[in-house]
Amino acid sequence: MKVSLNWLQEFVDLPESVDQLRVILDDLGLVVDGVEHVGEGLSDVVVARVDEIRAIEGADRIRLVVVDAGHGPVEIVCGAMNFVVGNHVPLAPVGAVLPGGFAIAERTMRGVTSHGMLCSSRELGLDDDHQGLMVLDELVVPRVGEKLLDALKITFDVIFDLSIEINRPDAWSVEGVARDLATRLGRTLREPAVADTNDPTPSDSFAAAGIDDPDLCGRLSVSVLRNVKVRPSPAWVAQRLKNAGMRPISNVVDASNFVMLELGQPTHPYDAAHVAKRTLRARRARDGETLTTLDGVERELAKAGRGLGDTGEDCVIVDGDDRVLGLAGVMGGAASEINDDTTDVLLEAAFFDPMTIARSSKRHGLRSEASNRFERGVDPQLALRAAARFVEILSQSVPDLVWLSNPLDVWGNVPTPPTISLRDADVQRLLGVPIDRGQVATLLRGLGFDVKEKKRRLKVTAPSSRLDVREGDLGRADVIEEVARLFSYRRLPRHNPTWPELGYLTARQQLRRHVRDVVVDLGVTEAWTPTLGSDEDFDLLHPGVARVRVTNPLASDEVVLRATMLTGLVRAWAKNFERGTGDVIIGEFGVVFQHPSVALTPRVTRGGAGGSLALALPAENERLTVVLARPEDDARSAVALWNVLAHRLGLADVVVRSTSEAPRGLHPSRTAELVDRTSGAQLGFVGEVDAELVDAIAAVPPPRRLGVLDVDLDALADVRLATRASTFVRVPSRYPSAVIDLAFVTPRPVNAGDLAYSLRQASELVEEVTLFDVYEGPSLREGTRSLAYNVRLSSEEHTLSDDEITRARAALIEIAASLGAVLR
Amino acid sequence: MTTSPLENLAEQTTELLTTIEGLSTLDALREAEASLTGKRSVLSGLQKSLGSLEPEERKAAGAQLQEARRVVESALEERRRLLNREARLALLEADRLDLGDVVPRDVRWPLSIGHPGLVALTQRELEDVFVGMGFTVADGPEVESDWFNFEALNIPPAHPARGLWDTFYVDLGEPETVVLRTHTSPTQIHLMEHAVATDTLPIHSVMPGRCYRRDTPDARHLMGFHQIEGLVVDRGISFGDLAGVIETFTRAYFGPDIASRLRPGYFPFTEPSAEFEVTCTICRGDGCRTCSFTGWIELGGCGMLDPAVLEAVGIDGDEWSGFAFGFGIDRCAQMRHQLGDMRALIENDTRFLEQLS
Repeated sequence: MKVSLNWLQEFVDLPESVDQLRVILDDLGLVVDGVEHVGEGLSDVVVARVDEIRAIEGADRIRLVVVDAGHGPVEIVCGAMNFVVGNHVPLAPVGAVLPGGFAIAERTMRGVTSHGMLCSSRELGLDDDHQGLMVLDELVVPRVGEKLLDALKITFDVIFDLSIEINRPDAWSVEGVARDLATRLGRTLREPAVADTNDPTPSDSFAAAGIDDPDLCGRLSVSVLRNVKVRPSPAWVAQRLKNAGMRPISNVVDASNFVMLELGQPTHPYDAAHVAKRTLRARRARDGETLTTLDGVERELAKAGRGLGDTGEDCVIVDGDDRVLGLAGVMGGAASEINDDTTDVLLEAAFFDPMTIARSSKRHGLRSEASNRFERGVDPQLALRAAARFVEILSQSVPDLVWLSNPLDVWGNVPTPPTISLRDADVQRLLGVPIDRGQVATLLRGLGFDVKEKKRRLKVTAPSSRLDVREGDLGRADVIEEVARLFSYRRLPRHNPTWPELGYLTARQQLRRHVRDVVVDLGVTEAWTPTLGSDEDFDLLHPGVARVRVTNPLASDEVVLRATMLTGLVRAWAKNFERGTGDVIIGEFGVVFQHPSVALTPRVTRGGAGGSLALALPAENERLTVVLARPEDDARSAVALWNVLAHRLGLADVVVRSTSEAPRGLHPSRTAELVDRTSGAQLGFVGEVDAELVDAIAAVPPPRRLGVLDVDLDALADVRLATRASTFVRVPSRYPSAVIDLAFVTPRPVNAGDLAYSLRQASELVEEVTLFDVYEGPSLREGTRSLAYNVRLSSEEHTLSDDEITRARAALIEIAASLGAVLR
Repeated sequence: MTTSPLENLAEQTTELLTTIEGLSTLDALREAEASLTGKRSVLSGLQKSLGSLEPEERKAAGAQLQEARRVVESALEERRRLLNREARLALLEADRLDLGDVVPRDVRWPLSIGHPGLVALTQRELEDVFVGMGFTVADGPEVESDWFNFEALNIPPAHPARGLWDTFYVDLGEPETVVLRTHTSPTQIHLMEHAVATDTLPIHSVMPGRCYRRDTPDARHLMGFHQIEGLVVDRGISFGDLAGVIETFTRAYFGPDIASRLRPGYFPFTEPSAEFEVTCTICRGDGCRTCSFTGWIELGGCGMLDPAVLEAVGIDGDEWSGFAFGFGIDRCAQMRHQLGDMRALIENDTRFLEQLS
């Protein structure tokens, strides 16, 4: 909201500097987003008359213009074409400094010297018009040599651009901001002048008003104004509106906007001639009704919206024929709009249910200055004071304006301001410091609260403008916030709380860090790929699978929650590869999603109004996915990465078991599951990216294998699934150990890790079994390969005898044979 | 009487189909293609011969020929699919590798330098500061119901405050009931509900995590972003404690010459609410472009837990009170590392990522 300093000064004395005021406003929570200085840089600009326009030889874009600003002819080179001899235009003479610090000096173009500059309104910082020079004859009756500021009746002003929080409906006006400042600074708040009715004719003899649905419309006041003459507003009113970012339209519309800016009450003027039976009534819109709003759009009313709990309720204003005139509090209709011939005006100043306005405005996609205020809550007591101020402002341009007595004023349901009991201890408890009760009372009274001092407590009643203040405990917090705000947050002492409980990371969080450290140490570079992807991407790896969609995506390729990070990583890698920076291991820690209908364990939670619905939410699975893309990487590198990680995490025994059911996207014959032998749980996959996926993603499919490690961090964090090795340590035997090598011709289906595991169980002398060679070749039977293991034997008690070694060897061979593996 | 050029079409078609059936490799198929359906094929030859027919006859014959061509072409395509599949299966079979047989010490593993993500790095630094201050760390899901993301946080349905968050809604069940969380605050609700259910108050916890807002990415905002929030629920906790915690954190994370200050703000779930600002890390408070010459940079929001929130989760506001605060992890990273454009974080250009250690 743009607030003029001059306007504020009418309400409260503010001798402070602009910088000081900025700090104070910020500290009051009225955050200053920007400060504009109106009129700055215009003091040197004068009105000049165009006396002659000459072509410049060899130039068709610029002309020589001779002007007179009261001191004889001045030659100016000018590029604008929108004026003729006799026009009056703004002249910035040599030495002038325009807004933004642009200094005017003599310049020579095409051999002609320009002694100043003729200005467009954008160059003067007045508006955005840069079509040509600002031709003053269209705006005022200009006099040669007059200062431009005087000609345009511009007063110096400072405009604060404030961002007003939505719990401050009262601050969305000049008066509201002034009230905060006056209270903080301990100064008096002045009220603006208002008019009084000046015609004894009772309003109800001319017009009528009514409320059919008191829950939607809490108050409908209608003032009857006669003898209206529609014409432009006085310059100062127009400038106030412009400074606030609103376009002046006509004295009637401007007066309405002026009052809204000043007091916060939106009003709506109707041309009484176009309101049937001169009657205004507020009621619920009915199914099938339509309204053509001022923006020319025909809108269907009372249609349930897409939003949660939106039943399609609209409050409308209708005339005496029950015809819809406007969407109450949001936007009027074209039919009863003020026009040049309007002489009688019905001025509506009302209170509407904030939630109804909020829903209507959202559903119809209509936001207006009025709806913004109504949906936050306009002071229900403000209507007639706003009407009186409206008449005061309009009288400035229509001196013989008539306001009929006893304005119509119908009431529905309005919120009752809550009364809150505030003990001294409440303030201290919430803020951590006692604030003197007298001071609390003064601050609250400044804001318009009614404060009664009791023994050890205050009885505080909120003003009608503070619809944000709630009842009871909630309201107590609201009131204490106001005390703290006016007192200044920065003056509240700080304190460091301590508690006996320790801060720590959970085992899960430590695991995540541990995994990250290990893989980064091994060369993984961490990426961040999109959570939302396209349907096409999803179908690459999960064709036809139920997916979690976003209802309101921003782009067509950001519609589905990812079910894998592989696609994103391969794409990220392919981009790098095309750039020549693809020799990397790239990995991501992140969440993937499954639609509840296909999830093994859908998450059930509650939602909807009041949290009364049971909702099945997508399953979320935290994973680490790594793509190994260095020149010689392949599935083997991925296995190596896993081996290191598994050891560093202290996993007891995970088998790398080739699978014929690799998930899509992984190479069907070079992929293995990571299976915890004890729990049987699957902890992830290791393998290669299926070349088909790379082909589908990369512009130029690279001749390179990509290793993949995909680990389920949820499973890894669960010790029931990912069994940990004992943390007890063993002192190695002092006696020499014996190492024997055994090679077994092993049928394909037998896993090398499973065989090693069995060998470890063969004898209690077995200390370690390590696979050291795999041989496949014509000398071996089809469907078998030779697996060669180092087996280290030792005893805690003595040096092993040959006999013991022989027996152990026999046991090893026997157990291998039981799996179908034959000593080679 | 002239004989129709299509007299033998049925036999010719059968012959072509037999030839197709006999193609056993993709190479053979590619070679045979021209003679089966190309310009010099039997079918094309027949097509040319139709020119000699009367218009009426030509039309009928044309249709007949077109049908034959369709049959041949689809058989060819079917064959191609089959051979492709076979070729892929053969390729996969030749490529087969039993990963159980990988001998770890035979794998070549060139030395590579890895790089943690900037967000992960920053999150860890922030967590460490808070753990040092006595906070635990809590995680939460990224998809939430409107109850946890909004209503329990004192933002009822259709409340204008919901408009403060540009929310992505998820298409499950009733409209606007499932969201991509717009902040990590729903985790606060989970924590408080859990503490009430298990009778384990107090809570001193921070909640880092990924959130989403429906907002076109620019240099300062990403659609997905990371936030860390803090929650304290204990006996005798006041606004002064909140201000103290913010100040301690600020100095611990940004350094001893960076201070914090609070100014009034609005959040539906806290009352009183505040925005917190820290000394501009660029100019150290002297005033510069980054801080709009104020010397201060807005970092996050905070406040005392609104009694409505305590009520929603069933905490007795007479016994317990608390505060919450929150700010962007990415934003901290941006400030600390002078990251000019946030979008670099999601572009995954290794030349960017390699700078991190």
